[in-house]
Amino acid sequence: MQRLNRDQMAARVARDIPEGACVNLGIGLPTLVANHLPRSREILLHSENGVLGMGPAPAAGEEDYDLINASKDPVTLLPGGAFFHHADSFGMMRGGHLDICVLGAFQVSVKGDLANWHTGAPDAIPAVGGAMDLAIGAKQVFVMMEHLTKSGQSKIVERCTYPLTGMACVNRIYTDLAVLDVTLQGLRVREMIEGLSLEELTRLTGVALLREPSRAYA
Amino acid sequence: MINKIVSSVSEALADVHDGATILIGGFGPAGMPAELIDALIAQGAKDLTLVNNNAGNGETGLAALLKARRVRKILCSFPRQVDSYIFDGLYRAGQIELELVPQGNLAERIRAAGAGIGGFYTRTGYGTLLAEGKETRTIEGHGYVLEYPIRADYALIKAARGDRWGNLVYRKTARNFGPIMATAALCTVAQVNRIVELGELDPETIVTPGIYVKRIVHVPCAERGAGRAAA
Repeated sequence: MQRLNRDQMAARVARDIPEGACVNLGIGLPTLVANHLPRSREILLHSENGVLGMGPAPAAGEEDYDLINASKDPVTLLPGGAFFHHADSFGMMRGGHLDICVLGAFQVSVKGDLANWHTGAPDAIPAVGGAMDLAIGAKQVFVMMEHLTKSGQSKIVERCTYPLTGMACVNRIYTDLAVLDVTLQGLRVREMIEGLSLEELTRLTGVALLREPSRAYA
Repeated sequence: MINKIVSSVSEALADVHDGATILIGGFGPAGMPAELIDALIAQGAKDLTLVNNNAGNGETGLAALLKARRVRKILCSFPRQVDSYIFDGLYRAGQIELELVPQGNLAERIRAAGAGIGGFYTRTGYGTLLAEGKETRTIEGHGYVLEYPIRADYALIKAARGDRWGNLVYRKTARNFGPIMATAALCTVAQVNRIVELGELDPETIVTPGIYVKRIVHVPCAERGAGRAAA
């Protein structure tokens, strides 16, 4: 059993982003998805700081620090791209105009509750950014994360113990072990990595999982 | 003749009072009015409430204002950054008050203030810590939270070009909070890279009409974004 690395996870998410979609990629792991979007598809990337139609990073020496992404790194603009102010940018999220957002997470519950902004530790300095707006606003919320914490605990849980970002907002979870859909009946396994059984995945995850007709990661 | 052009950043901020609430534009370094912030530090007003997306980086700009102990409270969405150690230290020592606001609520509360909206219901934050104690309502089957406007005494923003009536255009993602902050303060001060003659700005593309701007001051900056040193 070979867990997916970060780039393989990003490539797997990218495969599910269709032609014509308007997409916001969260900071951290989801940012990698941009590197794997198929060139054959026209996909519009949105950035919270007021861009739609964001292009790749500029060549060295071509950086423009008035043209940055949510991580505050220099980016480029595709022909047809547009700039707008912050209330418009968040209106695009909150008004349900974005097709997909991809977010990282500390925990996701079986009901699709998302925790990704605060560990709740007393000395932690909280920072939320646009996560709560994306969580409730995008038509589909994809979470991309390692299945287990460094100490081996499942990040998919019955109930989130970290403070919530949004309630029942996650549609699909991509991990280094599996792809799972959040459904009214519970979590449904769409894909697992080769060599992993549903029994073993259930043991590692620690919550009940529903089976879908078996499919291995392509 | 209407002429909102003032000759220096210090003149533009001469009347800022202790206890003022100040909106400060910028998303990280892009659009941050660094020279106006420096002028505010020199001016000396204290006990300020600041509104910005972040809480300062390194030891310049907002971070310098915090370090000078002029700020009582900050409203922002993302204080914690790799180089936010000035804020982090003050916060941990209990020497600054933080109101953490989801970024879309921050933007919409500012917009609401500028548009005369007394409050609005939003789904953002419903069922989370950041909505605790707030009024909620179920609308069309979804939980919504009541949020109030953020009004200010001053807005300090940065634009690319402006004219003596206060019309402004911005540059790329340095636009960010500028246009909405301009509407939400009693006195909006814009620093611009270039001052142009009336009529030079294409009326079809003016982003901030001059009605929202009280003072405009010429601060030349590097063509590819002035914020690189602060990045």
